[in-house]
Amino acid sequence: MTMDLGPHAAFIVTAYAAAIVIVAGLIVWVIADRRHLARALDELDAQGIARRSQGASKEKP
Amino acid sequence: MPVIDYANPSRFVALADRVLPWLMGATLLAFALGIWSAYLAPDDYQQGATVKIMFIHVPAAWLGTFGWVLMSAAALGTLVWRHPLADVAAKAAAPIGAAFTLMCLVTGSLWGRPMWGTYWVWDARLTSVLVLFIMYLGVIALWRTIEEPARAAKVVAVLTLVGAINIPIIKFSVDWWNTLHQPASVLRLGGSTIHPTILLPLITSLVAFTLLFLTLHLAAMRNEIMRRRVRTMLMMQADARA
Repeated sequence: MTMDLGPHAAFIVTAYAAAIVIVAGLIVWVIADRRHLARALDELDAQGIARRSQGASKEKP
Repeated sequence: MPVIDYANPSRFVALADRVLPWLMGATLLAFALGIWSAYLAPDDYQQGATVKIMFIHVPAAWLGTFGWVLMSAAALGTLVWRHPLADVAAKAAAPIGAAFTLMCLVTGSLWGRPMWGTYWVWDARLTSVLVLFIMYLGVIALWRTIEEPARAAKVVAVLTLVGAINIPIIKFSVDWWNTLHQPASVLRLGGSTIHPTILLPLITSLVAFTLLFLTLHLAAMRNEIMRRRVRTMLMMQADARA
């Protein structure tokens, strides 16, 4: 299962490594952003701050 | 439920929650196939094993331009139809499009050094893609500079539509000018010039990266809706304290 990448192996490996770093960076950014925002929403909910839409839905019979 | 109902951000978030696991699964499956077919792909008769860089460079180039086209469609949604999710879609797409454009530039340079003998030349294709990357950075900076999302959306939409002029320049630069970058070889009149043993892994990789873009974009849109909820709630909290 070994792969012979020829005389330009360093360029090929570096290109794939760069792609992995960029894709991993995007995934980490999306996940970290979601966690940060979910925590902020939870804290605001715990303080009893309700959005207008939530308030309106609670007023409905 | 009519499609127009998904313009409601809460319904959109519920839809995204349902769709994202399936999209993630499809992305992982497509990448497994893409990596396997790239591994099995033979060396090119001229490029040798360096052709394997094309399996990431071509999808990155496609998604860098696709991101701007998506932002341009969203810009029309903001300016013409005032669609509530249009600017959310545009803002979420900008960092993802920028990342893929950066990947295109880096992998292209790493392919260029052994094949052309240089990492960079100021030819029309390379320069127009660099301009695209700088425009992405400008759009991201503009989103961060203007705090009010609705106002930022209009300014960014205008800039995005002006910047869309660069997309046909990128596409046709290799035909309009004498460039070191080769002309189109995947999508061209008369069919692809690539041998099927290399074209198939390339198309699999294109599908995998496109699914990854859509997954990340949907997740980033969901985050942006949450960010606006947090902002609204913080403003209500500030109003209550005042």
